[in-house]
Amino acid sequence: MKHKESKISLIFVYLYLSITAFLSLFPFYWIAVGSTQPSQNVYLNPPSLFFGNQFITNFINLNQSRDILRVFWNTSFVSISYTFFTLFVCSMAGFAFAKYDFKGKKIIFGSFMISMMIPFYATVIPLFLLMVKMDLLNTYRAIILPTLASPFGIFLFKQNLESFPSELLEAGRIDGANEFRMFFQLVLPNIPTVISAATIFLFMSQWNNFLWPLIVTNLPHMFTFPVALAGLQGVSVTDYGQIFTGLVLATLPIMIVFLILQKRFIAGMMNGAIK
Amino acid sequence: MKRKVDILGQRVAPYLFILPAVLFFLTFMLYPIIASLQMSFQPSLHDFSFSLVNYKRMLGDKLVLTAMLNTFQILIVQVPVMLFLALILASILNSQVLLMKDFFRSVLFLPAITSLIAYSILFKILFMETGLINQALEHLNFIKEPILFLREALPAKMTIILAMLWRWTGYNMILFLAGLQSISPSIYEAAAIDGSGPIRNFFQLTLPQLKPVILFASILSTIGTLQLFDEPYILTLGGPANKTLSLALYLYRTGFGNSEFPYASALAYLVVVLIAMLSWLQFKATGKE
Repeated sequence: MKHKESKISLIFVYLYLSITAFLSLFPFYWIAVGSTQPSQNVYLNPPSLFFGNQFITNFINLNQSRDILRVFWNTSFVSISYTFFTLFVCSMAGFAFAKYDFKGKKIIFGSFMISMMIPFYATVIPLFLLMVKMDLLNTYRAIILPTLASPFGIFLFKQNLESFPSELLEAGRIDGANEFRMFFQLVLPNIPTVISAATIFLFMSQWNNFLWPLIVTNLPHMFTFPVALAGLQGVSVTDYGQIFTGLVLATLPIMIVFLILQKRFIAGMMNGAIK
Repeated sequence: MKRKVDILGQRVAPYLFILPAVLFFLTFMLYPIIASLQMSFQPSLHDFSFSLVNYKRMLGDKLVLTAMLNTFQILIVQVPVMLFLALILASILNSQVLLMKDFFRSVLFLPAITSLIAYSILFKILFMETGLINQALEHLNFIKEPILFLREALPAKMTIILAMLWRWTGYNMILFLAGLQSISPSIYEAAAIDGSGPIRNFFQLTLPQLKPVILFASILSTIGTLQLFDEPYILTLGGPANKTLSLALYLYRTGFGNSEFPYASALAYLVVVLIAMLSWLQFKATGKE
């Protein structure tokens, strides 16, 4: 009796999970299909839910109207360089906070942590005026600079480096390595999980960043994906084939990385929850 | 033997390690925080005299009230529903007997990797007058005329809520799953001996144990929703008649649409205060531990 009951409830559980999984996945399938269909097919009733053969056409149209390869390059360049420099800055700071005692450590680290609670909106206007003053509008630097010293990144590295064995550091010192060589040759190579988690989080946040690039760029050849996509749906004659193709191009790279590194990816993004 | 104190030594090194971070922090965080607070008390961009004019204007600004109300309406429906769904999914996926757990976990998490702009555009196309949702509802004979999801007040809010549910439920589910996995199985074994069923277990054992994680998730979602921008920017531009205008969207419009930087700075500090207040309230509401 009891056994039968639990079997029935298990069926319901699977049904519920399958419906939720379908709802999660379907939009991805749908934009993929949309990117292979002629634009007007979005109005078809009943809708066409099978792949067409218009992807190349849509891509060429999109590239002509929005210079999407350039957008792809902008987004990649900005995300990669942002991730690289932020890792550099934050890992060093995190290491110092974790492994050294120095005057002002508590206050400085505390300030970083408090700043995590300040929403970006509280800083966005002076930041914009600063960029105007520095004549940096429509540059990669303007997009990258403001969030380079990510408090979250510093926190992540500090947290994880506290358990780094101090004996290893001492051994390095006895061998005559200076503090910097030690950090780059001894510490960094030994913390691949932290670095990968931080990389995923930082890269994603920059790849998907919208408000700030929207504010500091107004020339189409400097747009990143979110800004370019937002502009696409504003025009009077909407070409849905182009929009779907844009969505695919913006989502696919992240999705591929996600599928390859699922566990690490989720861990990296959940670390971001601390922010 | 005493080590030489050079710039590569142990005493100076930590300062050099933190130097880049501190410089960036001072320039791009501390300075703008202070500058925008100061600016919020300026009558205009180039007039540096102290004035409360922006805050007085805020008190009489109907749009501020509208934006706050909209944001709270979305918040009060979206966050509890999402946390509830996430909690159910997490406790299901935490079960020992289930097959394909990893598959479901990854699939349900997938929406969280999309950019806010991309998924907002997606929902805009799904919910437009001739969109897939209307077509489906018509085929199923639920409606005769298409619903103007994005052009009527209530449906527009619902669409934003649905979109946010799609984007964030899986993310919160993973948060809860991590919380569930840290609960020791022995308390369930003890409960099984007492003959307690799964539903009672959920309310009497799981929920209390998860309280800190739930609090954390709800504060995170509240902070996120108070900063709601991308979704209404794409889906409705705040319309119809400002019924989906969010505080952040209003701030953006005031600052970067109308170049009223001092007033926009005051609005920014309204968001800061609201976030601080709501986080504090949630802390208080869930007990003092």
